Amino acid sequence: MSEAIIAPPISSTGRSLRTEEMIINMGPQHPSTHGVLRLELIVDGEIVVDVVPHIGYLHRCFEKHCEHMTNYQQVIPYVDRMDYVCSMNNEFAYVVAAERLLKIQVPERVEYIRVIMAELQRIASHLIAVGTYGIDIGAFTPFLYCFRDREMILDLFEMTCGARLLYNYMWIGGLSHDIPVEFVPKAKEFCGYFRKQLRDFNDLLTYNEIFVKRTANVGLLPADVAVNFACSGPMLRGSGVNWDLRRDDPYSVYHKFDWDIAVGKGEVGPVGSCWDRHIVRMAEMEQSIRIVEQALEQIPEGDVQSAIPKRIRPNPGEVYARTESPRGELGFYIVSDGTGTPYRIKARSPGFVNLSVINEISRGSMIADLVAIIGSIDIVLGEVDR
Amino acid sequence: MGLLDRQFDNSNIVITSLDSLLNWARLSSLYQLQFGLACCAIEMMAASASNFDMMRFGVIPRATPRQVDVMIVSGTVTLKMATRIKRLYDQMAEPRYVISMGSCSNCGGPYWEHGYHVLKGVDRVIPVDVYVPGCPPRPEALIEGLIKLQEKVRNESLAKKRIA
Amino acid sequence: MTPQEISEKLAAKFSGVSDIGLEAKLDAPVDPTIKVSPNHILEVAKFLRDDDDMQFDFLSCLSGVDLKGKLAVVYQLFSMVKRHKITIRVEVPTENPSVPSVESIWRTANWHEREAYDLFGITFAGHPDLRRILLPYDWEGHPLRKDYQVPEFYNGMKVPY
Repeated sequence: MSEAIIAPPISSTGRSLRTEEMIINMGPQHPSTHGVLRLELIVDGEIVVDVVPHIGYLHRCFEKHCEHMTNYQQVIPYVDRMDYVCSMNNEFAYVVAAERLLKIQVPERVEYIRVIMAELQRIASHLIAVGTYGIDIGAFTPFLYCFRDREMILDLFEMTCGARLLYNYMWIGGLSHDIPVEFVPKAKEFCGYFRKQLRDFNDLLTYNEIFVKRTANVGLLPADVAVNFACSGPMLRGSGVNWDLRRDDPYSVYHKFDWDIAVGKGEVGPVGSCWDRHIVRMAEMEQSIRIVEQALEQIPEGDVQSAIPKRIRPNPGEVYARTESPRGELGFYIVSDGTGTPYRIKARSPGFVNLSVINEISRGSMIADLVAIIGSIDIVLGEVDR
Repeated sequence: MGLLDRQFDNSNIVITSLDSLLNWARLSSLYQLQFGLACCAIEMMAASASNFDMMRFGVIPRATPRQVDVMIVSGTVTLKMATRIKRLYDQMAEPRYVISMGSCSNCGGPYWEHGYHVLKGVDRVIPVDVYVPGCPPRPEALIEGLIKLQEKVRNESLAKKRIA
Repeated sequence: MTPQEISEKLAAKFSGVSDIGLEAKLDAPVDPTIKVSPNHILEVAKFLRDDDDMQFDFLSCLSGVDLKGKLAVVYQLFSMVKRHKITIRVEVPTENPSVPSVESIWRTANWHEREAYDLFGITFAGHPDLRRILLPYDWEGHPLRKDYQVPEFYNGMKVPY
C-alpha cells in the first residue's frame, strides 16, 4: 500500500500549519467585516491562532488620480470618497495640508464653520460605528436609533451644501457655500436633543450586560504596542493614552474651545479592551457636542470665499499635515513640483494603520470575539485601501 | 377579521393567473444579499434603517447568496473584487436579479479614467437588471430602483421562461 | 528640540561614518527634512527612537515617491513624549531599489513598506513578509511609478474604459 504524502497546507504568510490547525476564510463578503475586508484565519478549533488580513478589495487608485488632476481643488471629491463615512473630516485634513503648503490664512468664520462641520461629522461617523458595532455583537435596536439621529445631522449638511454623504464642501482657502441662516438654530436644537439621546444609547448598549460581557475582556491592546503600531484615535485613547491631535498638534481653532479628551479607563475590565474603545467613542460624541455648541455661539461674521486662491500653484516643496479624524490620525503628505498638479499625494489613513494591529490583539481569542474586535477597530475599507 | 379575510370566508375563491400570483409573491419578498462595497453601501444601510425602511417592500438582508433574490452592487467594483462578485452571483439561486447602485458600478464613476484597478461597470462580469444613477444615489433613488425591479418582476412569466 | 538641534545631534553622532550622506534641508520646503544614505537608515532610525533627547516613538507615515530616475522613501517621525517632529528621507536608484526595513524599530512600518513595495516596487531588505498588499498577487508592474502603463486586460477583464 503506497502511503500518500500530503504536504501540510501553508498560509499566505508562508507558515505551514500544524495538524490540528486549519484555515478559515472570512470575507470579503461577510456581514460583519464592515465592507470588503478578507481575513484568513488560522484556527485551532474555535481559537484563533493567527490572522492574516487581506486588503485591497476596494483599492480605487486614489493616489494615482491625484497625480492626474489639473488642479489641487479637483482632488477634494476623491478625498471625500476615501473615507465615505466622515467626508468632512477628510476634506478638512486635505485642505489643512494644502493651505499649509500654499501658506494661506483662511478667515476666522471659515475655520469656525469647518470645526462645526467636522465635529457634526464625527458624531455621524461614530453613530455608524456604534450602530453597526451593536449589530455585530447581536443588538439590532441601537442601529435603528443611531441611523435616525444620524439622518438629522445629514439634514443639516444637506441644508448647507445639498449633499447627504459626499459633500465637496471645504475648498482650499474657503468653503463652497456659507451656512444658511436657519442652520445655527437647527444645529443648536440638535445639540440639545442629541445630548439626551446619548444617555439612551448608553443605557441601551454600553452598559447592557450582554454587551459588556462580549467586549470587556476582548482584544486587549497595551499602550506600548498601540504606540509602536502607530495606532491613533479611539484605538489609542482606548488603551489609556491621552493623545488627541486637536490638542497635541493643534490646527484650526480647536484651542479656543473648552473640551476634554476621552480616555479608556478600564471601567468594566482591563484597559484597552473593545469596551474601552467603544466608550471612548460614546464620550467623544458628547465632547463634540460641547465643541459644536461653543462654536455656534462664537461664530464670527465674514465672507467664506474671500481667501480662495484664483490660481493654485504652490512652490516646490513638501508638507505633511495631520488631523484628528473620527478614526484617528489622518495625514496628507503632499509633494509639489511647482506646477498646478500635485506631484504626489499620499494619504496616511488611520484605518490602514489601525487594522495592521489586528493580528496582535486577536491571537488566542474565539472566532466570535474576532467579530467584536473588528467592529471595535471601526475600519472603513474606503480609506484602508484608498 | 379584516376585509380580505372576510372575502376568503365568503367565497374562498380568488381568480387570477398563476403567473401573476407567483410574481406578486416574488416581488413582495425580494431578499437582498447583505454586503456593501463602498460609499453607496452607507446609503444602502441608510435605506434599510429607520428613516427609509426598505423592509416595508419585503427587502430583508440575508448574509448568504443561497437565500437571496436580488444582489445590490453598492459601490466601486475593483478588479480584485470582480471575481468574488461573479462567484457570489453564481451562487445565487434562479430567478436572480442585480441592481447596480451608483455610478461606480454602472460605469466606473469618477474612477473611469485613471482607475487602473477599477472595473468600469459591473455589467462587464454579471448581467444587471436595474441601474440606479447617482454618486451616491440617495436612498429614495435606491427605493425607486427597487420599484422598477418590482415592475420588471411583475411582467415576467416564470412558466413561459421554463419552456423557452 | 528644534529641527536644527536634531540635525546637529545626528551629525555629531554619526560624524565617524563616512557614507552617512546626511543632508539637512530645514528652511526651503515646508517640512524640515534630513536626507540619509539608505545604507545607514536602520542605525539612524534606531538612534532616533532610543536616544533620550530624540525619543521618536511614533512613525506616522512612510511613503514612497517616484522622482523620475530616483525613488525616495520618506519617513514622518513624531515624538509623543517630546512633542517634536522630523522628516527623514532616503533616495535609491530606480533599478533594483532596496532600502533596509525599519519594521524591527516601528512595527507600523510593516504595512507601509508593503504598500511602498506594491505601488513603487521598492524592496525592503529584512522585511518579514514582503507581499503585495493592495493589488492582487498576480498583478504586473508598480502603478504609482510615473512611467507605468495601464494593462489592457487583467484576468480576462478589460481594464481601460
